[in-house]
Amino acid sequence: MPTIRIDGVEYEMEAGKNLLESCLSLGLDLPYFCWHPAMGSVGACRQCAVVQYLTDEDEQSGRGRIVMGCMTPVTDGAIFSLDGDRAKGFRESVVESLMLNHPHDCPVCAEGGECHLQDMTVMVGHRDRVYRGQKNTHRNQYLGPLINHEMNRCITCYRCTRYYKDYAGGTDLAALASHDHVYFGRHQEGVLESEFAGNLVEVCPTGVFTDKTLVNDYTRKWDLQSAPSVCTGCAVGCNTVPGERYGRLKRVHNRFNAEVNGYFLCDRGRFGANFVNNDERLESPGLRNQTGSYDPVDHHHALQVMAEACSGARVAGIGSPRASVEANYLLRNLVGEDNFSPGFNDREHKLVNLALELQQASSAVTPDIRSIESADVILILGEDLTNTAPRLALALRQSVRNKAFEMAADLRLESWQDAAVRNLAQDQLSPLFIAATGSTRLADVAEENITLAPQNIARLGAAVAASISGHAGEDLEPEIAGHVEAISTALRAAKRPLIISGTSCGNAEVMQTAADVAEALCQSGQQTMLTLTVPEANSLGQAMLAGPDSPSLGKLAADGNFDVLVILENDLYHRAPEPEVERLLATADTVIVLDGLDNRTTSAASLVLPAASFAETEGTLVSLEGRAQRHYPVFAPKGERRPAWVWLLACSKELGLSTAADLHHFDDITRDCAANIADLAGITGAAPDHHFRNAGVKIPRQPHRYSGRTAMRADISVHEPKQPVDEESPLAFTMEGLNRSQPGSLLPFVWAPGWNSNQSLHRFQSEVGGPLRGGTAGMRLLGPGQAKESGPRENPPAFSPTQGQWQLVPRYRIFGSEELSALSLGVAELCEDGYIEIRADDALGLEVGEGDGLNLNDGLATLEVKINNSIAAGCIGYAAGHSGTANLTPGENISLQKAQGWKRRRPQLIGSDRSTEIGSGND
Amino acid sequence: MFKALMSQVRTIWTILQHSFTRAETVQYPEQKPYLAPRYRGRIVLTKDPDGEERCVACNLCAVACPVDCIALQQGVKEDGRWYPEFFRINFSRCIMCGMCEEACPTNAIQLTPDFEMCEYNRSSMVYEKEHLQIEGTGKYHDYNFYRVAGLAITGKDKGQAENEATPIDVKSLLP
Repeated sequence: MPTIRIDGVEYEMEAGKNLLESCLSLGLDLPYFCWHPAMGSVGACRQCAVVQYLTDEDEQSGRGRIVMGCMTPVTDGAIFSLDGDRAKGFRESVVESLMLNHPHDCPVCAEGGECHLQDMTVMVGHRDRVYRGQKNTHRNQYLGPLINHEMNRCITCYRCTRYYKDYAGGTDLAALASHDHVYFGRHQEGVLESEFAGNLVEVCPTGVFTDKTLVNDYTRKWDLQSAPSVCTGCAVGCNTVPGERYGRLKRVHNRFNAEVNGYFLCDRGRFGANFVNNDERLESPGLRNQTGSYDPVDHHHALQVMAEACSGARVAGIGSPRASVEANYLLRNLVGEDNFSPGFNDREHKLVNLALELQQASSAVTPDIRSIESADVILILGEDLTNTAPRLALALRQSVRNKAFEMAADLRLESWQDAAVRNLAQDQLSPLFIAATGSTRLADVAEENITLAPQNIARLGAAVAASISGHAGEDLEPEIAGHVEAISTALRAAKRPLIISGTSCGNAEVMQTAADVAEALCQSGQQTMLTLTVPEANSLGQAMLAGPDSPSLGKLAADGNFDVLVILENDLYHRAPEPEVERLLATADTVIVLDGLDNRTTSAASLVLPAASFAETEGTLVSLEGRAQRHYPVFAPKGERRPAWVWLLACSKELGLSTAADLHHFDDITRDCAANIADLAGITGAAPDHHFRNAGVKIPRQPHRYSGRTAMRADISVHEPKQPVDEESPLAFTMEGLNRSQPGSLLPFVWAPGWNSNQSLHRFQSEVGGPLRGGTAGMRLLGPGQAKESGPRENPPAFSPTQGQWQLVPRYRIFGSEELSALSLGVAELCEDGYIEIRADDALGLEVGEGDGLNLNDGLATLEVKINNSIAAGCIGYAAGHSGTANLTPGENISLQKAQGWKRRRPQLIGSDRSTEIGSGND
Repeated sequence: MFKALMSQVRTIWTILQHSFTRAETVQYPEQKPYLAPRYRGRIVLTKDPDGEERCVACNLCAVACPVDCIALQQGVKEDGRWYPEFFRINFSRCIMCGMCEEACPTNAIQLTPDFEMCEYNRSSMVYEKEHLQIEGTGKYHDYNFYRVAGLAITGKDKGQAENEATPIDVKSLLP
């Protein structure tokens, strides 16, 4: 370990790091702008200047040279000065020049109070503006409903383009013009295309890019009450920090987890939680009266009605993969194991259970996201990750850069030398092979993009597996055969191969063959990783809880003769075809629904109980990598809303169930579940229980500057009530306590003296970029399994298109395919109505064009046409999860007819119209 | 002994002298004392010289308040201005310290020389925006935040604030 001297004090440093990150890891204050722990150094802003001395005599006489901390590797015996007058003076003058054009905006800037530029300006001591010239100004651009642009505030650190283009692979944000005219924006106004654009809000050190929904209903960081939470947008399980004020969820920020999301979230996660504030939220329990409308009742009455209905009756329960393990577990106990459905539709039931089984049985490792970033050859079978598990796609954009890091290592170039490493590698990338039913958003970094029907993706996977294990493959279709050799050669040569597949293409064979490929690689002695995506935040947890033998929705409908049906946070009409749902609901006399938002299923119930959203309750969710993670209530639920587990526990106690007798706290449910469900035995390790205290005190949800406590409720009463007491967790709804060094699962916000922005994170990490001091959040429930001995599997049958019939393949969108995020402010604007994607030649045959309507199977659905030539021949894509597509099943063969009387949403463009539209857009 | 006696006499003399000086005590409330404009009394929200709300809902007064008696919520007007959707001061908690006025970057919140706030009911001491807002500029007559700030609002485009150059044309090739 090299030893260096900084201002006369000797420090032992870790080799291979730069001086800036080493100083920050030591807790020394060294200001910076352009450097970012996830993006490395470019030395652009000149802010982290220090003085370096060659010898001791130089140090004494003050003869040193100014070097940039972020570009200086730590070498043994080096002598630096951070506090010397020259270094300090230089840093102050840099901030002074950066501030020349900075507007007088802080009071009306959404970054104010958590602004890295404010922090750094105070840190260097710059106070008075000497320059008397005019300030440069810029015009802003409209960048969509999610991100606000205020270009005047820019200090040209280039972090935004480095993040957006280099890190996230976006193409539509760039630096324009030169010298002091530099402008960061799009070539013309429009919605930012990248699915990860929201991270600009956190990456930008000042207020150029801010969260638009927050700007329009703004609260300063110091006034936000926050709690550690987990994103419910997809199955990746990114860690988040939602912030609340006045009972409204204001924003979601990233919560660092070294093994999961690191520094970044996707836009669904960042902007898709606003449904918590939706007007359709249920306020109080509703009891259906004779006229069919609902009478609001209080929770005592509602519980009595529920208990009376369930008492002595045959009760079936439908759980939900978007509800917590604990709520589902209580429902399962309430209705009995045999009557509990995990709430999957038939196909999902099969696929999710298969995903779990394959991962448990595979000898390949189920990687966390950090490990995914280390993969050097990747094969994706049937997934458009950017839209199904977005954060994984961002990770893959880093893993394809491993080629560059290898090249850099050969030249002994440090990996944090960002510009040098990128320059060295140019466009050389580690191989990524994607076989999907159409184009994917990762196509630009893939070595080969293969478009096939699902059955043929499975055949490709099987052929690759056979090729790796040396079995002779059978004759393959030319469209498949041409790729097998390249893929298997690359995979065999890989050090850390990664195979990704999942439930989203709706085909079990595809997942099965992906596991086969991973198994074949393991057999040949390679360290293989296998990731299988599942649809929802707790899908895997549901499969672990209920098991493959539990009834799916269809099976429950078929079996069913129940008196009472209890549905937990599950809009069945969104999940299964309408006739099936109608059949299911008709089996029971009484339907009781617990949910947060009004939907078709709650409207079919005789009793509706308002459930708290993820931001108002605690719960454990199991992510796609089998990581159990706890989320905590950010604020107490309003009025008669209660967490689902509270409703179910109260009902169980009302019924006098023996299983509920010993359950008092949330932790008791978690422990009981862990004790009774073998697969979930580890969930108690997801977070400390409610007895945990941080150095003897609770952990505050409010920063110590939280304002307005004696005025917030003064319009209701001047007698301030006691703050709500949180008996279920080590967190408190107050500003009292200690937010330092606690386990990572209990980090409600980051703040450190002098570091008001999110850059203060490094004060909570064991080292810059490393895991949090108190340990990484979450408990892995999946270890490497024992492979079952099996011979070569029979090749799945090939896809044979029939004339006049098309196979439905689901296509996903980051905004719209997920049910709840689509109801969020801003995101809702970006969601489209349901549509189908069809090849141009098929459209020609059906005499339809873009924007026309198509009838599927004579009335199964009528959807708008989009032309997409990347769809596999013989298939049509449909917008999964969107309005009007609930009746469609992946893999189904359907016929198409042009819809009569279809109204186009926009007038059809002809050639000349299009040119005028383009022309007007340039203004 | 003599020294002590003289001290008594001098004291009585001094007191006697006071019988002929002008009384400082005024007959409050019939008579009102003069209070300097900087006196720290009841808080008001002022308007800028153009008659627009000065408060931009930046929350600095609320965070500066040592008794946390100010609560507000920001909103954005159609013309682009930030403003408080509600602004509440709980005067039954206020200690008239003036920290809010010091923190205010737009001179919106000001303390006035009015301290006569007596109520039988504490809830009458809770002032909402309509009770706080006055029509004038208060003690500071000229300052208009939006003339200095870079944020564009209707009627003041980019580059039209004080000390601002006209917006840069990024498509220009000129140096």
